[in-house]
Amino acid sequence: MGEVALELNDVRYAYPSGRKVLSGVSLSLEKGQRLGLVGANGAGKTTLLLLIMGLLEKTGGTIRVLGKEVASTRDFAWVRKRVGLLFQNADDQLFCPTVLDDVAFGPLNMGASPREARKTAEAVLSRLGLSHLARRVSHRLSGGEKKLVSLATVLAMEPAVLLLDEPTAGLDEEAARRLIGVVKGLSTACIIVSHEYEFLKETTSRIAGLAEGTVAFDEESSLVHTHVHVHPAGKVPHKHV
Amino acid sequence: MIAEPFAFGDSPMHRADPRLRAVFGAAFAFVTAVAWEFDAILAALFLAVAMAAAARLSPWRLAKRLFFVNGFIALLWIVVPATYPGRAVFSLGPVHLSADGLWVVARITIKSNAIVLSTLALLATMPMASLGQAMYFFRVPQKLVMLILLTYRYMFVMEKEYGRLLRAARVRGFSADTSMNTWRTLGYLLGMLFVRADQRARRVHQAMLCRGFSGRYPSLDAFCFRKTDWAWAAAMVCALALVGGLEWAKWPLS
Ligand SMILES: Nc1ncnc2c1ncn2[C@@H]1O[C@H](COP(=O)(O)OP(=O)(O)OP(=O)(O)O)[C@@H](O)[C@H]1O
Ligand SMILES: [Mg+2]
Repeated sequence: MGEVALELNDVRYAYPSGRKVLSGVSLSLEKGQRLGLVGANGAGKTTLLLLIMGLLEKTGGTIRVLGKEVASTRDFAWVRKRVGLLFQNADDQLFCPTVLDDVAFGPLNMGASPREARKTAEAVLSRLGLSHLARRVSHRLSGGEKKLVSLATVLAMEPAVLLLDEPTAGLDEEAARRLIGVVKGLSTACIIVSHEYEFLKETTSRIAGLAEGTVAFDEESSLVHTHVHVHPAGKVPHKHV
Repeated sequence: MIAEPFAFGDSPMHRADPRLRAVFGAAFAFVTAVAWEFDAILAALFLAVAMAAAARLSPWRLAKRLFFVNGFIALLWIVVPATYPGRAVFSLGPVHLSADGLWVVARITIKSNAIVLSTLALLATMPMASLGQAMYFFRVPQKLVMLILLTYRYMFVMEKEYGRLLRAARVRGFSADTSMNTWRTLGYLLGMLFVRADQRARRVHQAMLCRGFSGRYPSLDAFCFRKTDWAWAAAMVCALALVGGLEWAKWPLS
């Protein structure tokens, strides 16, 4: 067992409207490990990622990031410098005038000088094959381009843990391949939410399924893959017996 | 406007310090707006043209902008001379064109063009983020700067969102008339627009927090006051002195 990057223990959450979404989620992620997270629409995957970032306030349980328990607002400011979240909706993630501004936003906030920030931003964009978009106005990009640029904005902060919410949604085949290449090349610990098992099988070593507010299963990716194809029950996660 | 067609370029003006341009732009617009003497406002117009030249603004794009401004002013040319009190220089039936009225509109025309031109040359030649940064530098309250920057960024998104909602209604057979159903639907659309704007604002704020946002919008452009900026500063002070001098030198006489 390696060092633990992220540890959730009995995390609970109910929206202010009273809707209980998570009723005790426990998960752990080792450094360098990539974990797939699946679950039906509305199972609470996005909610879970927002809780880890402290963007929603958990109603119970504990969250440890890089060995440190996080609870207060100040803790989460610390978390946000170390954990990167790719939003499900890329439209929410890009808020600067141009792509380059957007990618440099994080490094600038972390205290980099404009020159360093620009260099980092350009390097990340070229690593994702997006250099040609640098000067473009971010809200005029196509959906897939927005998704890739959002990923660049997250990677530019060099996070120790990466949370990706449906990174392949809306990507064409070539972009998806490129994304797989990028993700596999990362040594960062990742949680990847996706509805595409092929993608998860290729990029992750474990897959956990969320259902009815808890972790319904958590096992090796290859097993889950065959499992899904054997059962017509399809994408609804259920326990292996 | 979000495309910032003038913001990126390689002219002497683009290289000048944004802070200098922001302050001078505001001062120049102010002096031109309060000036009244023809000498002064003509000098201002001349200087504004010179600034546009120094910024190497594309004449075609510039003409398009000025066309809109002057379209509005054309309305004034129709209305003001006919309604302004004073000696009539021309009468046609009940309509009398007043000489004073004509002079007033002429002034407005010159002033507006001078102000628009100088603003395009001085301020539109920097990305919005740099303008925001310059405003921070001059201690404009952070909240105000944030409001300006984000309004600028999201104005168009709102418009797009509205278009999307309207389309969603149209594909289900909605067409606007004066029936109760139309008003109700428009009510829904507007209400939905507010709800979505609010939700989006929350999510964008979350995204900003995730990337270490702490109340200040950073900019990629570091300010750097070069030697040539001293020359710019001197030229700008002279320009202000010229317009101001032509205006106020006459006051004791009149
Ligand atoms: N702001 C909110 N207020 C109340 N309930 C909400 C809110 N946001 C989400 N929910 C509810 O919480 C549940 C979990 O939502 P969440 O977005 O986490 O699902 P998800 O697993 O990410 O789904 P998907 O696969 O569709 O992205 C859903 O039933 C949803 O209706
Ligand atoms: Mg989701």
